[in-house]
Amino acid sequence: MTVHQMPADNTKPAYNYAYLDEQTKRMIRRALLKAVAVPGYQVPFGSREMPLARGWGTGGIQITAALIGPADTLKVIDQGADDTTNAVSIRKFFERTADARTSEATEEATIIQTRHRIPEAPLKSGQVMVYQVPMPEPLRKLEPREAETRKMHAWAEYGLMQVKLYESIARFGEVTTTYDYPVMVNGRYVMSPSPIPKFDNPKMHMSPALQLFGAGREKRIYALPPYTSVKSLDFEDHPFRIQSWSQPCGLCGAADSYLDEVVIDDRGGRMFVCSDSHYCETRRAEGHRGAMLGDAAASGLVEETNP
Amino acid sequence: MYVAVKGGEAAILATHDLVAEARRGDPAVPEITVAQIREQQALACARVMNEGSLYDKDLAALALKQSQGDVIEAAFLMRAYRTTLPRFGSSEPLDTAAMAIRRRVSATYKDLPGGQVLGPTYDYTHRLFDFALMEEGREAEPRKASAPLDATMPRVPDILGAEGLMEAEEPPAGDPRPFDLTRDPVSFPADRDVRLQSMARGDEGFLLGLGYSVQRGFGGSHPFVGEVRVGEVAVEFVPEELGFAVDLGEVTLTECQMVNQFQGSKDVPPQFTRGYGLVFGHSERKAMSMSLVDRALKSRDFGEATNYPAQQDEFVLYHADNVEAAGFVEHLKLPHYVDFQGELELIRRIRREREERLAQERGAKEQDTMPEAAE
Repeated sequence: MTVHQMPADNTKPAYNYAYLDEQTKRMIRRALLKAVAVPGYQVPFGSREMPLARGWGTGGIQITAALIGPADTLKVIDQGADDTTNAVSIRKFFERTADARTSEATEEATIIQTRHRIPEAPLKSGQVMVYQVPMPEPLRKLEPREAETRKMHAWAEYGLMQVKLYESIARFGEVTTTYDYPVMVNGRYVMSPSPIPKFDNPKMHMSPALQLFGAGREKRIYALPPYTSVKSLDFEDHPFRIQSWSQPCGLCGAADSYLDEVVIDDRGGRMFVCSDSHYCETRRAEGHRGAMLGDAAASGLVEETNP
Repeated sequence: MYVAVKGGEAAILATHDLVAEARRGDPAVPEITVAQIREQQALACARVMNEGSLYDKDLAALALKQSQGDVIEAAFLMRAYRTTLPRFGSSEPLDTAAMAIRRRVSATYKDLPGGQVLGPTYDYTHRLFDFALMEEGREAEPRKASAPLDATMPRVPDILGAEGLMEAEEPPAGDPRPFDLTRDPVSFPADRDVRLQSMARGDEGFLLGLGYSVQRGFGGSHPFVGEVRVGEVAVEFVPEELGFAVDLGEVTLTECQMVNQFQGSKDVPPQFTRGYGLVFGHSERKAMSMSLVDRALKSRDFGEATNYPAQQDEFVLYHADNVEAAGFVEHLKLPHYVDFQGELELIRRIRREREERLAQERGAKEQDTMPEAAE
């Protein structure tokens, strides 16, 4: 064994603050600056191998690690919820390596790392959204070769994407993409918004928050500076539209949030609840009650909060 | 999700305990030691060192112990550790011609300087269980050869090269420092240093399959094993403050050089071309697969058609990395209910609209046929 593997008994092998070494953080920050300067452009970066698996948020984790400091408050969500397993795992990673102050409150967070959702509460200036991105290339399903898709972006050659959307309309009467719905950024680059539901796409447009996207396995970073135009691709006669539900959240009664469907029995019983767990809790704390809150509280599925 | 009300954290911690328990197995059976794995599962350690891109037998053995023998998980542990190590410099190029040979075979010459050295190999074993291994305590008696091996063991492609029949391989102009794909993003078309580096850490099974596909006709290659050699090579390093090379130790390597045909072109006379494989430890299958795919990936350089997967660098390089592949395949276990909800909503609505449309059409048809029925 070499020396570095055999620390003396009295020394604890230490990782740098937020795991990554400072050189790597600088490299990531340079990529981020470039990404902010060219909104929607995918900047290749020297993505590091991380102690978490590829495809499990290593891009977002590297961005967060390059940004986070002792004054930050970090919120981590997966599917909109703070307590999904991988969100818990990533939050613990930063608590352990960066002594991060964490919060579930959207308005308290300075950095929000997310997978698949944008919080329902409006974001503020000064907040940073960090998206975990599995496939940064919106054209990948149309053209598998990276050498080709980079050319298509360089020439703004997006006809293929328009044809794909058109074909979907021709077959089904509408665009059947429900998540990872492609957007046009700043009138120049077609960008993958990451697999958020298209319900969340409008929240990206002119957002006061800085939005950063990290794809660790694919080694790409891209960004939306605050107040950037983000338009979901559509046609004049088939305008972009978002999902809607026929009923409000069963727990908090919200009619304006993205709902998850929960199977509650084996006889076809369903309940719809907010995917944004913090939003739902906040509303319940404010006294909003959904039709099924009583049942859910009685069966111990959710803690009843007294307003 | 509220169903897992705050249970996520406790449940995650419990999985750590459970995996520790599963790893230990029956406590009545003595615990395996890292040294036992290092010494007695050396081929598995070699694979972990290759795919983990880190030459450290102890850590490879520890990784195998910690991962219950899951080689990809073990490689992942190696890589996550490797990425944190400081890089204090590059070694001098290794000289495999000066290898202390344990095994060296050539399929192109019956005899050659240095001779064929069979060494430790399963090649000529019959795959019959040795039930005696069920019992411990049998010590093999090593038999000493009557004469030492020849001091010089020239590499076969060098012999062909002396005659001018082998494609010459020179470092690129200025002999730049090789690309480091763990520090910089790869772009395509990828140069040979990137390709070889990527394959050296690539999944053995994936490269084996690709190499096999080349042989079976998905890539027109007609290779001979010029040579496979296994042995120890010294690693030398020149510290800046000293200015001369010092020996850092030795590594066990397997090198394979495939000899392939090439028709020649307008400017180049017909000659043999090289497929190259170099890996840590005794890993012949990996080195051979790598050298098959290396030659296939040179197709573009030789102006050959690149119609098959093994000839396409984007396909090979992006998909050979088993740690990345495993992560992305297994991420499908992560919750996707937000996206799935979007799909549910869509498919229900499309089906509903379809039902309504069909019902309307049926209604219209019935109205059409009504008067006739009345008649």
